[in-house]
Amino acid sequence: MLAIFKRELSSYFLSPIAYVAMAIFYLFSGIFFYMICLQYDTSDLSGVFSQMFIVVLMITPIITMRSFSEERRQRTDQALFTAPVSLLQIVMGKFLSAFVVYACCVAIFLVYALVIQFFFVTPDWAVILGTMFGILLLGAALIAIDIFLSSLTESQVVAALLGFGVALAISLIDVATSYFTSEFMQRLVSGISFNQNYVNFTRGIIDLIDTVFFISIIVVFIELTVAMLDVKRTR
Amino acid sequence: MVEVINLTKKYGKLTAVDNISFTVNTGEVLGFLGPNGAGKSTTMNMITGYLAPTCGTVTIDSCEISNNPKATKAKIGYLPEIPPLYGDMTVKSYLEFMFDLKKVKLKKDAHIKEVMTIVRILDVKDRIIKNLSKGYKQRVGFAQALLGNPPVLIFDEPTVGLDPKQIIEVRNLIKALGKKHTVIFSSHVLSEVSAICDRIIVISNGKIVADAKTDELSSTVAGLNQLELTVEGSSSAISSAINEVYGVKKVTSTGANRYTVDYDTDVDIRKGVFKALVKADCTILEMKNGGLSLEESFLKLTSQNQTKGGKK
Repeated sequence: MLAIFKRELSSYFLSPIAYVAMAIFYLFSGIFFYMICLQYDTSDLSGVFSQMFIVVLMITPIITMRSFSEERRQRTDQALFTAPVSLLQIVMGKFLSAFVVYACCVAIFLVYALVIQFFFVTPDWAVILGTMFGILLLGAALIAIDIFLSSLTESQVVAALLGFGVALAISLIDVATSYFTSEFMQRLVSGISFNQNYVNFTRGIIDLIDTVFFISIIVVFIELTVAMLDVKRTR
Repeated sequence: MVEVINLTKKYGKLTAVDNISFTVNTGEVLGFLGPNGAGKSTTMNMITGYLAPTCGTVTIDSCEISNNPKATKAKIGYLPEIPPLYGDMTVKSYLEFMFDLKKVKLKKDAHIKEVMTIVRILDVKDRIIKNLSKGYKQRVGFAQALLGNPPVLIFDEPTVGLDPKQIIEVRNLIKALGKKHTVIFSSHVLSEVSAICDRIIVISNGKIVADAKTDELSSTVAGLNQLELTVEGSSSAISSAINEVYGVKKVTSTGANRYTVDYDTDVDIRKGVFKALVKADCTILEMKNGGLSLEESFLKLTSQNQTKGGKK
């Protein structure tokens, strides 16, 4: 697993993908930081974090699009699947390396917090770190989903498009809430809404249910990826 | 060493590999021969665990691959048809990755250097793989298969797309490797297989159509042998004389004084033919066992199987 993790990570930084993802993330977070914090003289980063939801939805498919599709297209998967490692180890290696690239994106928030610390006032570090935990969880869940999508196809473009499709669906869940009249359905829909589960973190609340929600998504989609790879081997 | 039992692979309704069984002994170099699309790659992918068989088992050194995939895969070095190379890495970093991936327990730097020496890629060790020529890429593919000195080596069409000099190098390499390892390699080029292998399995339409030592192949395959004769004398006398010999099936005249005699495999008719012709007062100018050449037997085998397949 470690070997795959190391190779994947170096491959991210040898190709433009990691830099493109980081550039997009830094650009938008920078704009939001300027518009929300610097213009209104606030040390509260929560507005920036909640605006980043849509950006996270968009960059995770970019990070993960080649993960399995490119291996399959280049036939390098033959080296992985005939090596003495389990499918779970392969998937975990890929997942963790994508997560580290994503974490490099999110790390920019530490810079913003330090900017506030040195030029203005001491920000609420507990809230900022709690929120970063939330945005990391959100990203990890999306990465797990997108890696699964990448295992479906040989084309990284198709993998990315599927990822954007899922991202669109996830952001439309919140719109759908208002169409339901029964309280049960509204609660159900907001329960599976990524935004609803994420938004508490941006307020500095680490809620057990939200955490469990994202971790279950990670576990389910990693298992689904393993199952999908096994199905492709069998059929 | 390698035991394949009733291996079958179906893609939907298409049967790519149809219930094949064979055993490869330790130290044997086995050639896997067949026309394109015969099921060679599919079989190799199943032996190495890349594909799961529809049914059947693969056992390597008493490890069954579906029960114990990790231990079994560790015993195999595999070079697929397209070498599994990451274009963005250097040769050395790629081999280091494969070394770690295969969890090889040897000394890393020394072992990688040793393998690079065997396949002669030391001079390109710091180059990016995607910039290498096809021949070098193939050698890097060999290098990754050799990492960890696995007892079984499997090469899928290792000489395709190489120039004649490189093909000879690859053949010599496989020959050399065959001294220490059990080698299975596939090809659709007959001369290549007969030059390197101890034993040949011919596969066609997913079925084994012949399994024999290289030198026995043509006689086994043909099912009957041929004797070529040049005899002086009246052709009717010669034909009737030969026809009386035990084991002879058919005599055909193929030109001036030339005859071809078909006979059963398990008897040697040369003595009988000689005596019969002397008795008939005909002079034998030349007599030799014909048999089919490897190419002829290969074509015969695979075309037979294809027409059978077509009738289904």
